[in-house]
Amino acid sequence: MGAFDWTVIIKNMPFFMKGLLTTFELAVVAISGGLFFGMLVGMARLSHIKLIYYLATIFVNFFRSLPLLLVIFWFYFLVPIIAGRPLGDFVSASVAFVVFEAAYFAEIVRAGIQSISKGQEQAAYSTGFTYAQTMRYIILPQAMRNMVPSLITQTVVVFQDTSLAYVIGLKEFLRSASIVDAREMKSLEIYAFVGLVYFIFCFLMSRFSQKLEAKRGAAK
Amino acid sequence: MLSYDFNWSVIWTEPYGTWMLQGIWTTICLGFISWCIALTLGIIIGTMRITPWKPLRIFATAYTEFFRDIPLLVQLFFWYFAAPSILPGFIERFLYRELPNFEFWVVVVGLSLYTSSRVAEQVRSGMQSIPTDQYYAALSTGFTHLQTYRYIITPLAIRIMIPPLTTECLTVFKNTSLAMTVGVLETTFMSQQIEAYTFRGIEATTAASLAYMVITLMVVLIMGLIEKRLSVPGLITRRR
Repeated sequence: MGAFDWTVIIKNMPFFMKGLLTTFELAVVAISGGLFFGMLVGMARLSHIKLIYYLATIFVNFFRSLPLLLVIFWFYFLVPIIAGRPLGDFVSASVAFVVFEAAYFAEIVRAGIQSISKGQEQAAYSTGFTYAQTMRYIILPQAMRNMVPSLITQTVVVFQDTSLAYVIGLKEFLRSASIVDAREMKSLEIYAFVGLVYFIFCFLMSRFSQKLEAKRGAAK
Repeated sequence: MLSYDFNWSVIWTEPYGTWMLQGIWTTICLGFISWCIALTLGIIIGTMRITPWKPLRIFATAYTEFFRDIPLLVQLFFWYFAAPSILPGFIERFLYRELPNFEFWVVVVGLSLYTSSRVAEQVRSGMQSIPTDQYYAALSTGFTHLQTYRYIITPLAIRIMIPPLTTECLTVFKNTSLAMTVGVLETTFMSQQIEAYTFRGIEATTAASLAYMVITLMVVLIMGLIEKRLSVPGLITRRR
């Protein structure tokens, strides 16, 4: 058992911070890329063109039925083959996260668009807007506002998910911690610290989302 | 580009085929046991969140926040590497050396605690969607709080909760893949082991993906059957 030795955390702080930075970088890439493609796929899910609708639906259901871990492995093997040369774990992990999270963001975007009343769309068309203009100026700005709470929740999920990049050896926060643990043999302190850091970020974000939701509820 | 020769036979040649099947079986056991525990715990914690007694509510809220805001992988590492060292030495030795399948049970603990917090959230919102009239009606017929929940609120709420719980059940089976990181020989682990022996990463990972899709599909079908069995005609309709 023995006394806790927290100096191990302080001693290795620069290394932890480097890992945390990688985690943040991966999270930013995953969220922005996932949201961008998710928006396209979400709109495609509501397309009147059968082919686009089916392709988008298959994409979403396919990735939602797979564990993220497998998708990470998939792209880990696939990316070097497609690119023809090894591109490093960060690139493979980024591609995997963007594709995987796009499927989840697409469902949020679809629900957001569907929450806007049909009249808005028809009104936009009747003033002569094209489909792209209607989406860009009328539907998406309103839908985005409705989506904000779910988007923040998903952001928290993505932030937690980045820890899975551990499996392909990417030196993100958790992998850095396990490297330190292998050297220092202080599992309890190290993993408690890792859990605490994740907890603080996720807790603050989910509180923020709840606040926003409460505010919107009050405004209605 | 795409200069890759596929060799699908690695999936079924011995011993890889048997490995894969063993992995799938472990995944199913792991998911099923964890789901049962998570469901039980989740219902208890979720109910605690809406009891009138404040300390219970605070405990349950802290519980859900705690397990929801830490990544599952970190929790598994904590249970596997860190938690046994808090226990007295002889228990720690027993866990690591003598308990068969220690990794398996660690994942069961980690996964069911994590999932129970998510189930609790669904249970809470399901319970809160029951009109308070039901509650008052039960109390006024002389039911105690416990009886009200046992006979009135829970049976109604469960039917509303089934669709979101199906999603959670699928998540459990998908999350069992994280067990590979602590050395449980489940589907993902086996696929990566096949990769290590044959360098056929894409084929092995594809086979594992198919396995998960079949499991997912089966869960959807079973939950659909339960939903159909439980539905009360005219009382609660499927929300669309």
